[in-house]
Amino acid sequence: MAALEDEFTLSALALGTGPDGLLGVEPSDKTDHFLVTDRSRTVVLYKVSDQKPLGSWSVKQGQIITCPAVCNFQTGEHIVVHDNKVLRIWNNEDVNLDKVFKATLSAEVHKIHSIQGTEPLVLFRGGAVRGLEALLAEPQQKIETVISDGEVIKWTKFFMVFRHPALVFITEKDGNHFAYVQMFNSQNLSKYSLFLGQEEKSVTLNFTAYVDRKFISLMSLSSDGCVYETLIPIYPSDTEKNQRLVRSLLLKAAVSGITRNSVTLTALDQDHIAVLGPPLSSAKECLSIWNIKFQTLQTSKELPQGTSGQLWFYGENLFMLHGKCLTVVPYKCGVSSLAGALGKLKHTQDPGTQKPHFVNWEMSQGCGLGSPNSEQSRILRRKKTEASLQPEVPASEQLLSTVKNGSEKYIEVELRKFLAKWTPDFHTIGDIITGLLGRCKAEPSFYPRNCLMQLIQTHVLSYSLCPGLMDTALERKDVQMLQLCLQQFPDIPETVTCACLKMFLSIGDDSLQGMSINVESVFYYSNTEQDEKMKEQPEILQNGFNPEENNCSNCKQDLNEKPQDSTEETALCPVIPKRAALLNGILHSAYSETFLLPHLKDIPAQDITLFLQYLYFLYLKCSENAAMTLPGIRPPTLSQIMDWICLILDANFTVVLMIPEAKRLLINLYKFVKSQISVYSELNKIEVSFRELQKLNQEKNNRGLYSIEVLELF
Amino acid sequence: MRLLLPWVLNIEGMGEFKVHRVRFFNYVPPGIRCVAYNNQSNRLAVSRTDGTVEIYNLSANYFQEKFFPGHESRSTEALCWAEGQRLFSAGLNGEILEYDLQALDIKYSMDAFGGPIWSMIASPSGSHLLVGCEDGSVKLFQITPDKIQFERNFDRQKSRILSLSWHPCGTHIAAGSIDYISVFDVKSGSAIQKMIVDRQYMGVSKRKCIVWGVAFLSDGTVISVDSAGKVQFWDSASGTLVKSHLIANADVQSIAVADQEDSFVVGTAEGTVFHFQLVSVTSNSTEKQWVRTKPFQHHTHDVRTVAHSPTALISGGTDTHLVIRPLMEKVEVKNYDAALRKITFPHRRLVSCSKKRQLLLFQFAHHLELWRLGSTVATGKNGDILPLSKNADHLLHLKTKGPENIICSSISPCGSWLAYSTASRVFLYRLNYEHDNISLQRISKMPAFLRSALQILFSEDSTKLFVASNQGSLHIIRLLEGSFKHLHTFQPQSGTVEAMCLLAVSPDGNWLAASGNSAGVHVYNVKHLKLHCTVPAYNFPVTALAIAPNTNNLVIAHSDQQVFEYSIPEKQYTEWSRNVQKQGFHHLWLQRDTPITHISFHPKRPTHILLHDAYMFCIIDKSLPLPNDKTVLYNPLPPTNESDVFRRRTAHAFKISKIYKPLLFMDLLDERTLVAVERPLDDIIAQLPPPIKKKKFGT
Repeated sequence: MAALEDEFTLSALALGTGPDGLLGVEPSDKTDHFLVTDRSRTVVLYKVSDQKPLGSWSVKQGQIITCPAVCNFQTGEHIVVHDNKVLRIWNNEDVNLDKVFKATLSAEVHKIHSIQGTEPLVLFRGGAVRGLEALLAEPQQKIETVISDGEVIKWTKFFMVFRHPALVFITEKDGNHFAYVQMFNSQNLSKYSLFLGQEEKSVTLNFTAYVDRKFISLMSLSSDGCVYETLIPIYPSDTEKNQRLVRSLLLKAAVSGITRNSVTLTALDQDHIAVLGPPLSSAKECLSIWNIKFQTLQTSKELPQGTSGQLWFYGENLFMLHGKCLTVVPYKCGVSSLAGALGKLKHTQDPGTQKPHFVNWEMSQGCGLGSPNSEQSRILRRKKTEASLQPEVPASEQLLSTVKNGSEKYIEVELRKFLAKWTPDFHTIGDIITGLLGRCKAEPSFYPRNCLMQLIQTHVLSYSLCPGLMDTALERKDVQMLQLCLQQFPDIPETVTCACLKMFLSIGDDSLQGMSINVESVFYYSNTEQDEKMKEQPEILQNGFNPEENNCSNCKQDLNEKPQDSTEETALCPVIPKRAALLNGILHSAYSETFLLPHLKDIPAQDITLFLQYLYFLYLKCSENAAMTLPGIRPPTLSQIMDWICLILDANFTVVLMIPEAKRLLINLYKFVKSQISVYSELNKIEVSFRELQKLNQEKNNRGLYSIEVLELF
Repeated sequence: MRLLLPWVLNIEGMGEFKVHRVRFFNYVPPGIRCVAYNNQSNRLAVSRTDGTVEIYNLSANYFQEKFFPGHESRSTEALCWAEGQRLFSAGLNGEILEYDLQALDIKYSMDAFGGPIWSMIASPSGSHLLVGCEDGSVKLFQITPDKIQFERNFDRQKSRILSLSWHPCGTHIAAGSIDYISVFDVKSGSAIQKMIVDRQYMGVSKRKCIVWGVAFLSDGTVISVDSAGKVQFWDSASGTLVKSHLIANADVQSIAVADQEDSFVVGTAEGTVFHFQLVSVTSNSTEKQWVRTKPFQHHTHDVRTVAHSPTALISGGTDTHLVIRPLMEKVEVKNYDAALRKITFPHRRLVSCSKKRQLLLFQFAHHLELWRLGSTVATGKNGDILPLSKNADHLLHLKTKGPENIICSSISPCGSWLAYSTASRVFLYRLNYEHDNISLQRISKMPAFLRSALQILFSEDSTKLFVASNQGSLHIIRLLEGSFKHLHTFQPQSGTVEAMCLLAVSPDGNWLAASGNSAGVHVYNVKHLKLHCTVPAYNFPVTALAIAPNTNNLVIAHSDQQVFEYSIPEKQYTEWSRNVQKQGFHHLWLQRDTPITHISFHPKRPTHILLHDAYMFCIIDKSLPLPNDKTVLYNPLPPTNESDVFRRRTAHAFKISKIYKPLLFMDLLDERTLVAVERPLDDIIAQLPPPIKKKKFGT
C-alpha cells in the first residue's frame, strides 16, 4: 500500500518565494542532499534527513536566477543559469557565486537537465539541446531554433531509456500542445501534436511522464479535474514528421474542476501518481496518492495553508511549498496485494535482520513493566545513538576481531582505548562481552579478567546481556567478579544468586584473604577508632590493607565491648569481613521467593548455620540503635535481614531442627525475637495514645466550611 | 540607597489580607461516561453522566476549550468523531446528536427509532455511523455533509447491542451483546458469526455476561471485555476463543486499541486500568503475543471509558477524574508533558461575586445558590483563624425550570441583579434587599434574540449587561430599575460564527473585550459602539481576561501559561509585557498544569495583577524584577531572620500562595480582603457512591 508519512519542513528560513513558489528542487550528488532554487537569487543545498541547510549561494543584486540549479553528477559540481544566458558552475567549497566559473551563452536557456549516469543537458528556449561539455568547449556557438515562432516550452523531462538519455518537452501554441522527443543515441528529434479528443473546452494544466517499456506514458492533468494519458512511442514507427497522438482518460475527477494554478501531478511509479490540488469534496488543498491501475485513492493529506502548485518527487520524498515552508512528505509504497488489502496476509519480519537481542535496562526503568523490545523504543534508541553509532561501527568491529584472536594484554589495552573514546552503547558492549566469553569457553586458559571487570563497570551490562559471564566466574571461583556482578546486574536469576551464596559460604577463608574484595558495606565491624583510620586512608583500604590484622582487632574490640551480653558468641561476627561483604551483596540482590526457595535447600547444613549466625549477628547489630540501621555504605537493611532469616528457616526447616550446632542459635534467636516482640507491643500502646493526640491536633486545624483567616504574602 | 527606598517599601507593603476561606460550595462534577480521541486535531471529547460534553485540546496544555451544556433527558452513552472533525453522540433517549463545534450548539438530533442507543461508532473512513440499540438492532447511517441519513438495518439480534467495533478495512463489524458477540458482514448486513461468551465466573455461573466492549483488529481478531472480568481474544473467521485473561473480580467496562494495533487498554469497575501490549514471545522471534503489561490505579471507582492516543492512555469514570497517563516509551523527551494529568475541575468559572454586598453566587447544573459572607472584627497575624462575629448566610436557592443545565451565570457587582442562561433561554432577576429579607423579581419578556448565552457579564456600575450569544454576537443591554433596554449588538466578524466564551469589561465601562477559541481577542468601544481593535491571535486559547482600572490594560492568560498585557488605548503590548516575553517566564510557572481561570486587580495598587489557577494564587507585582530560572519561584516562608539585603536580592514579581486548593475562585473584595472558594477533593469523594470493596491483606 502506498502511504504518506508524517511531513516535516525544511527550516523556517524565509525563502524568497513569490506567489509562484520556487524555481525548483533538484537532487544533488549525495543521497538526501537537494538543491532548492527560489524565484529570485538564492540556491540552498539541504540535507533532508537533518532538515538543515548545508550551504547557500546567491547571485548579485540585480541578477536573477532563471533556471533551477542542478548538480552535475559526473563532477559533483552545481550549475545554475542567471539572466537567461549566464552559466555558473561551482563547488560546495565556493562561497561567492561571483567568483566562480562563468560562461555566457549565445541563446537563452530554458532549463538544464541532469540525471545520474549522463552529462547534463542544456535545453534552450528555441528547443535546441546541447550537452554541457560540448557547450562549454565553445560557449558562443550558434544555437539553432527548433520550434516555430510563438511556440513556448511548457514542460520538460529528461529520462534514461535503455541506458540512453531521452529528453521530452512539450510546447504550446494557440492552445495546441506539441510533444518533442529527443533521443540522444540516434540524435533523433520527433515531433508529435497532442490531440485533445472530445473535451475541447478543458485546458491542460500540467504534465508528468513515466517510461514504460516501449512508450513514454505522458500523463496530463486537465482543467476538468481528470488525468489523461498519452502514449508516446520511444522508437517512432515511421519517420513522418508531426504525428498526432490521442489521449485517453486515465483517472476521473482527481481534483475539483476549477482552473487554478495550484494543481499539479507527478508520477511516482508505474501505478501511482501524486496529485496536488483541492479534491472534489472540499476546497482545501490536498496531496493525494492515486493508484491508476485500480483507479483508487490510496491516501491523502490535507494542506490547509495552501501550496504553490508545485510538486517534486525524488527517491522517497515529495517536496512542496506548504504555506511559506518547503515541506517534505516521505512516501513509501510497499508491494500491495489483494491478500494484504483484506488483512489476510500475516506480516512477516525479514529474518535476515535478526541480531542477538539485548535488553536495555536503562530504557525499561522508565516505562515500568513495558516491553523494552517494542518497535517504538527501538526507534527511540536508534535515534539516541544514531549520531554516535555511525562512526562507532568500524571501531567496534575492529575491537571484535581483536577479541577473537588477540592476546589478553593486547585486548585489554585496545578495550581501554575504545572505552576512552566512545560512550558505551549497550549493543557494542554486548557484542564485545559475548565475544570474550565465547573465547573463554573455547580456550580454558583464556580469562581476560581485567577486561571483563572493566566492561561490567561501564554500567550498561545486565545478566541477560551476557548470561555466560557469571557462570564463567562461578567456574573459576572469581568471587570479586561475582560481587561486582551482584552489585551491577538488575536481573540475576535466583539459581545464580543461590549458586553465588553457596560459593561465598563454602569458599575457604585462606583463599578469600588473597583476593581484593570491596568491603565498604561492612563498616560496622570496626569501632570508632578504626573508622577514623579508614577515613584517613581510603586508598589503603582499597588496595593494600591487611584484613587479618583488622579482623583480630575487631574480635578483641567486640569481646571488650560486650562482655555483659547474654548471647556472647553471636556478638562477635561469625565470618571474616571479606566474606561478610560478599554475603551483603547477596542480601541486596533482588529475588522472588518462589524461585529462590527450592535452590536454598541445596546448601549444606554447616553453611546454613553459618549464614544464619551471620544474619543473627546483623540483626543484633541492627537493633542496637533506634533507627534500626547499620552504619556503612550500602549496608543491608533490617527488612532484608529479616526476609533472609525467614527464607533460610523456611527452606531448611527440618535441617535446622536436626543439626545440633544450630540448636543453640535457634534458642538465642527465639529469645531475642520474643524480647523484641514485647518491646514492640509496648510501643504499640504508646502509638495509640500518640495517634489520639494527633487527631485532636488535626481537628484544631480543620477549618470547617467557613473561616476568615489572615494571610501575609512574602 | 535612596533609589532603592520605594522598592523596599513595596515589599513591606505587599501585604496582609483577611481571607474568607469558603468551602461550602457543594459542587460535585458529574461522572465521566465516554471519551473520544481525535487523532487529526489532537482533541479529546468527554461526555459526562449529566449529558455535558467537553472538548479538551491536548495540544494546548490539555485545556478544556469548549463545552456543551447537559440536559436531564439526555444521557450520553456513546460519543464519536466522524468524517474528520465532526462530533456525534447518542444516548438512552434514542437520539443521535451532532454538535456544532463552531457555534457551540447542537446542530440537530435525530431519532434512530430503535429504543435507547447503547453504542455508536464511526466507520474507519468516517463516512458512516453505526448505532446499537436496545431492541437488538444495528443501524447504519450515512454521514452527509450537513446531516446524517438512515441507510439500513443489519440483522436484528435478540438483545441490546452494548458495544460495536468496525474492522479497520470497513468490511466487517463486531457487536457485543448480552452473552454473545456477533460478527456482521457490512455489505450484506447479515450476521456471519456468533461467539458465545462464558457466563462462568470463578466457577460460579452468573446470571448474565454482558459484553461491555469489543475491538476488531485488522488480522481478524476480536477482543472482548465483559462483566465477568475477562478480556478475551476471538478468531472472527472461525468464531473460536483464542485466549482469555481474567483480570478483575468485577466488570471490565471499556476497551480502546491503539491505531498501530500494538497495544490496547481496558478499564475495570475496580478502578484499575490495564495496559496490554503485543510483544515478541522470545527476544528475537517474530511471533508476537498479547501480554498484560502495566496496571494503573488512578481511579477509585468504575472506569467507564478509556481511549488510546498515540502517546497516552486516557481514562475516565464515576470518580469524575479525567486521567491522561503518557506512555513513557512513546515519549521522547521526559519533560513535564510526560507527567500524569488528572483533570477534575472545569476550566471555566462557576462562581461570581458581588463585591459591594459581599455575596457569592454558585452555579450548579440545575440551580444557583446565593451566599452572603460573614464578618469579623478581630485582627491577627499570618495564619491565624479569626473569630467570626457573623457567619456566612445562605440567602437564596434558585432552581431552574426545565431539563436544561445552566451554561453560565453572573451576579452584578452591586448585588441587585442576577442573570443566568440555559441552552434555550436567558433569565434576568432583580434582587431587593430589605434588612435581612431578600426578594426576587423576575424580569419577564426577555427579547427574542437573547436565546442562549455563553457568557454574561455586568458592568462595574451594574447599569449594563453584556451577553455573548452562541451565534458570535455580543449584546449590550441597559438595565433600568426593574426593566431593561437593548442598546446594541456587535455582530460577529463577517463570515465567522465562532462563539465568544470569555468577556471582560473595563471598570470605567468604556471597553469590552471578548475572546473566542482561536481568533484573537476583540476589543470594542462601548461608548462609540464599534470595534476598537483586535489583539493579535496567539497559538494557544485564552483562559482568562480582565481589563485593569485606570490604565485600561487588558491582561490575557493563555493555556500555555503565558500572560500578556495589552494596552487598549495604545493598541499595543505594554512595555512590561514585552519585557516578560523577552525574559520568559520561570520554568516552574510554565510547568503548572491547570489554566488560570480568573484575573483581577488591586483597587489601590495599579502595579498588582491577581490571578489564580486550581492550585495556587499569585499576585504579580509589575514593579519588581522578574524571576529567572535560578531564583526560587515559590517561597512560602516568611523572611524572618534573613537580612534585608537577602530579601531585596530574592524579591521578585511573583508572590505565590498555595495554601488554598483546589481553588475554584478567588477575588479581591476590597483592598485588604480576599475571598477564596475551595473545593477539597475529599468532600467530592464523600458524595460519590461507595466504590467496589476490595479485600486488602490484613483486614
